[in-house]
Amino acid sequence: MITCPFCGPRSETEFTYAGPEMGRRPADASGGSDEEWAEALTVPPNPVGPVVEHWRHGKGCGAWVTITRDTRTHEVLEPGDDG
Amino acid sequence: MTDNSPRLPQGGRIDRSRVLRFTFNDRAYQGFEGDTLASALLANGVHLIGRSFKYHRPRGVFSAGVEEPGALVELEGDDASGNRPVTTVRLTDGLVARSVNCWPSPKFDLGAATQLVARMLPAGFYYKTFMWPDWRIFEPAIRRAAGMAGAPAKPPETGRFETRNAHTDVLVAGAGPAGLMAAYVAAKAGARVLLADDRAEPGGSLLDRRLTVNGGPAGDWAATLWADLAEMSEVTVLRDTTVWAYREHNLLILNQRNPDRPGLIERTWRVRAKQTVLATGATERMMVFPGNDRPGVMLASGVQAYLNRYAVRPGKRAVILTNNDSAYQAAADMGAAGIELAAIIDTREAVSDACREQVPGVEIWAGAHVVDTLGRQRLTGVVTSQITTPIPCDLLAVSGGWSPNVHLHSQARGTLRWDPDSVAFVPEATVQPSHSAGAANGQLTLPEALASGAAQGVAAAEAAGFTPNPPPLPAAEEAPYTVEPFWAPPKMKPGAKAFVDLQNDVTAADIALALREGYDSVEHVKRYTTGGMGLDQGKTGNVNIIGLVAHAQGRAVGDVGTTTFRSPYTPVSFGSLAGQREGSVVLPYRHTPLTDWNHAQGAFMYEAGARWRRPGYFPRDGETFQETVNREALAVREGVGVYDGSPLGTFELKGRDTDRFLDLIYTNTFSTLKDGAGRYGIMLSEDGLILDDGVSFRLGQSRWLMSTSTGHADAVHHHMERLRRYDRPDWHVQVTNVTSQWANATVCGPKARDVMQALGTDLDLSREALPFMHLAEGMVAGLLARVIRVSFTGEISFEINVRPRDLPTLWERILEAGAPFGIQPVGSEANHVLRVEKGFLSLGHEVDGTVDPFDLGMGWIVSKKKPDFIGKRAMEIRRSAGGPRWELVGLLPEDVQDSIPEGAPLTPDGAKVPSEGFVSACVFSVVHNRWVALGLLQDGRARIGHGAHVRLRDRVIGVQVVAPCFHDPDGERLRG
Repeated sequence: MITCPFCGPRSETEFTYAGPEMGRRPADASGGSDEEWAEALTVPPNPVGPVVEHWRHGKGCGAWVTITRDTRTHEVLEPGDDG
Repeated sequence: MTDNSPRLPQGGRIDRSRVLRFTFNDRAYQGFEGDTLASALLANGVHLIGRSFKYHRPRGVFSAGVEEPGALVELEGDDASGNRPVTTVRLTDGLVARSVNCWPSPKFDLGAATQLVARMLPAGFYYKTFMWPDWRIFEPAIRRAAGMAGAPAKPPETGRFETRNAHTDVLVAGAGPAGLMAAYVAAKAGARVLLADDRAEPGGSLLDRRLTVNGGPAGDWAATLWADLAEMSEVTVLRDTTVWAYREHNLLILNQRNPDRPGLIERTWRVRAKQTVLATGATERMMVFPGNDRPGVMLASGVQAYLNRYAVRPGKRAVILTNNDSAYQAAADMGAAGIELAAIIDTREAVSDACREQVPGVEIWAGAHVVDTLGRQRLTGVVTSQITTPIPCDLLAVSGGWSPNVHLHSQARGTLRWDPDSVAFVPEATVQPSHSAGAANGQLTLPEALASGAAQGVAAAEAAGFTPNPPPLPAAEEAPYTVEPFWAPPKMKPGAKAFVDLQNDVTAADIALALREGYDSVEHVKRYTTGGMGLDQGKTGNVNIIGLVAHAQGRAVGDVGTTTFRSPYTPVSFGSLAGQREGSVVLPYRHTPLTDWNHAQGAFMYEAGARWRRPGYFPRDGETFQETVNREALAVREGVGVYDGSPLGTFELKGRDTDRFLDLIYTNTFSTLKDGAGRYGIMLSEDGLILDDGVSFRLGQSRWLMSTSTGHADAVHHHMERLRRYDRPDWHVQVTNVTSQWANATVCGPKARDVMQALGTDLDLSREALPFMHLAEGMVAGLLARVIRVSFTGEISFEINVRPRDLPTLWERILEAGAPFGIQPVGSEANHVLRVEKGFLSLGHEVDGTVDPFDLGMGWIVSKKKPDFIGKRAMEIRRSAGGPRWELVGLLPEDVQDSIPEGAPLTPDGAKVPSEGFVSACVFSVVHNRWVALGLLQDGRARIGHGAHVRLRDRVIGVQVVAPCFHDPDGERLRG
């Protein structure tokens, strides 16, 4: 169950996963070392425990939602409000 | 009925007025409504049901419920299905069943000869013997020999399956005493309650036993309460319904058999429950001793169920083997039903008076156990530890204690605790909002179960936000339950077959072998021996395996722990998993407005990306496939053709930052384009590899029309939405998917402009007024249209976009106007030929998620001026690392009539070594009258003019490496 900011609690099958929160893409992509860029690209957050991630209500209203999910239990600890 | 008949003259919950005929192994029998196949066979004196999995030993009915490990049959006819435990097959008129694992019959089984080589098949035999690289040689024979029933040849001819979603406050699994109480309490509190029970009749174990509630038969109490619940408006009661999965966020999956609707075979329920009460009862365990698999050895609770529920006497003279008190109740029922009780063998040193009082006059041997059984296809006697003379009997009722059915609790990630008093794993802590009640929680006697059910009903209702006012508990009595562990006889002869898993033929010796060989975790023991696998998932034997492991390792049973309980609790049919999603609605097709016309033309239709149904080609009488495709392709190259381009992904982008948004997502620059002009572009993922290619046209200030490949439209949409939302949230860009708002017919070929003129239009379509990669809006053939000059074929093309409802009209008019020019409708196959001849990319062929534009010889599309675009940095890092890359090339087979299968590997000199590329597409070129191919080849561009080799399984094809464009390399024709 994921709570959509518009539609309320809905089955997760209506949502499309869009990966963990990675921080905003820098305005200037040429900064930082190559290693840092490669690291950020290839090692996304994948904790055993709470992770902040994005889902899109693609089979519903199309809204984005950010949630904090515990990867051990799939419990949604904090439903985000993406307005 | 005579006294000799196994069917008791009265009693049971069967309807003797309704006789049902059935066939088992080609012999006709009769049973009654209310029978299972097991009870009906036993009532006919049939004890030998089949042969076992590995040793082909005779197997009979071992239990009366879903825990049945041994008695499996295959059903034929309308109910065709394999590996059905006889105890769960409801008897119906005309049922046809057959034994599994025996040929030609269970009485004379050729496979039983393998018993002679049984010692050559120890645990782990397959792992040790049949390993890579030769497994594929052995596999078919082993699968045949070791398999159980085959899958039915056909799906059911009548009937269908469906899925239903439901929401409830409290879901109660199990309608035994605890579940009924819990449901009743929660329902009375006003909660929405869904009560599901996997049997045909509510009451659970009460139906199998002779207990009283409120002074009357317990079964009547259950039926009355069930009926009361069914009357309540907020309550749903489901019989024949198994709660088989407990998923995250309190999603439970139920399988309802025999739903009350004609034509419906099974129904799946997906239930979101605020709270659950798990009142799933307990399962009696087997006892481990040599020969414990012989037909006639049966769980004591099974015997009790056959006597009380089905009025069937599974034997005439019984011995009882137990390590606990519950078997005495079963023994008393057996005595009452006229079964002669030869002896009760109790492994405990001390037997309580409460036990003895239940079976007055019966010989009780305390501190004893069974060391062997006699008989071949049916039990004839047992040998005990106390005297060497066997005790003649035809029934051995065993009780190894009770295991609470903690499956759903565990699936919900609840933890378990070993309770030494009840010698069982019981629920400890819950993770999801669930409440275990009754025997499932270790409260095994009736008064405890009723109290536990009521208490958990209160807890669940309160947690769901209600205020329950529990009614007084019904009056019930039952002797207390005590048990002592007895995992196996202290000494067993080498080679003795003391089974711990009757379905997979796993013995105590196999467990010992696994431990000796170092598989010392219970999960490894399971995988190595297969003990606890299969249809029954070791419901009767798993705890015995754990006990044996603990005993051998000198550890506490609780420290050994259990294997993971996974769904489904009991087997579920594929049909019910699929539900409505069969045939054409597995994933619904998408249709363009021309589907009907295509069908009427006899087009060969198939899916071409993203579930779009498209015409592959339009065959004419007498044509071969290749002739059809050649004709269509040639029409476009030399005359004119028309195809339906509607499925292409189409998006409209708006907002003041759209120009720079496009510059961010494409590798090349779009913002410099003037109104009405467009450009081909490539998008990368952030990893620097190609995500999609397509064209975008400027419609006006900050307003764009983008087309993407058909198959990747959704991925591109997601990509753009994610960027917009999380990476550039301050940019004003709106993305609208207009794929279905526009439909198009694309007229292409040297005579395309003539056809456009014949169609009639107010647009100037000359090369000067509407050059390549421009669009114009106006009237075409009397319809409002947007004409776009793009080309996916390499010839002059006019993509005429109209409202979807206008497409059939437009299409007819194009064919009419084009007739004098010999216009041909063109399908996907010819389109594929045309794009390969031109070397145009195809997502999923050349662009397979491993290439960047440089690999494709398209470095020109990567802007050197733009400071940034998605994927730029990663592509630069990758390219600066150097190293050989697979690059796009054209390939010409040495023999012009030789075609190469798509996907075929290119290897150095055609040797059997790792590949250096692959063939991405191969078509018969109508321009060159020969087969031509595209492929990715290591350092391919540098090898143009040289040879390479395609390696197939049976031969090597020599190819000439050429530039990846076979037609009009300068693009003069498409600009025309």
